[in-house]
Amino acid sequence: MEYQVQENCLTIFLPHELDHHNAEEIRKEADYVIERNHIRYIIFDFKKTEFCDSSGIGVIMGRYKQICMLGGEVCAVHANERMKRILTMSGITKIMQIYEEEK
Amino acid sequence: MEHTNEMKLIFDSRSSNEAFARVTVAAFMTSLNPTVEEVSDVKTAVSEAVTNAIIHGYEGEVKDICIRCRTEEKTLYLEIEDQGRGIADVEAAMEPLFTTKPELERSGMGFSFMEAFMDELEVVSEFGKGTTVKMKKIIGKGRKLWTTQSL
Repeated sequence: MEYQVQENCLTIFLPHELDHHNAEEIRKEADYVIERNHIRYIIFDFKKTEFCDSSGIGVIMGRYKQICMLGGEVCAVHANERMKRILTMSGITKIMQIYEEEK
Repeated sequence: MEHTNEMKLIFDSRSSNEAFARVTVAAFMTSLNPTVEEVSDVKTAVSEAVTNAIIHGYEGEVKDICIRCRTEEKTLYLEIEDQGRGIADVEAAMEPLFTTKPELERSGMGFSFMEAFMDELEVVSEFGKGTTVKMKKIIGKGRKLWTTQSL
């Protein structure tokens, strides 16, 4: 998993294809980083992502629940039209902002 | 018939094969001249069905998953079959957000995605015997092909 930590903010650079196979890996690594660095904010960067299925949605929802309990926030950036459609369909946009450009 | 084509794919139920399965089906359907959007729709649906077979059908065991593909004129027919544990209540399983494995962070959106991205979806399952997901998608709905004009 490619990621970057700035203070209590974690940016996860999602892979080209986000399916069940690599969702597992991201979940494990993200949980480790979140705990170790006292993360409160997560940015999911979809720049490279061309494919995402319900397993990908699952991993995002899982991180949201965790961060929410810690009083933090999650958001998404660089989502293409396809990704926006998937995120909207799954209803995840109700709990997570999608930003066009990283602030 | 001239415009029908078929293929059958049998592979191990490993999560690393999910990408292989959806790319293979995508390659098979190229003869129908699909848009990028249509290919993505089918890839997502295949991925959902194969993931279901791996996680819920075989519950991590490595066994065979079979995908049967058929194209007939402009229609793509897909059947994804496993001989796993089957679904006790198909109707409940197809409800959005229904999941039997919340601890694995399943979103419960699998069947909803298949339904949304394909034109038809049918799930045949017998508890203890396995599940077959049958899907259909018409390619190029409401689109005229410029390539069919004679030169």
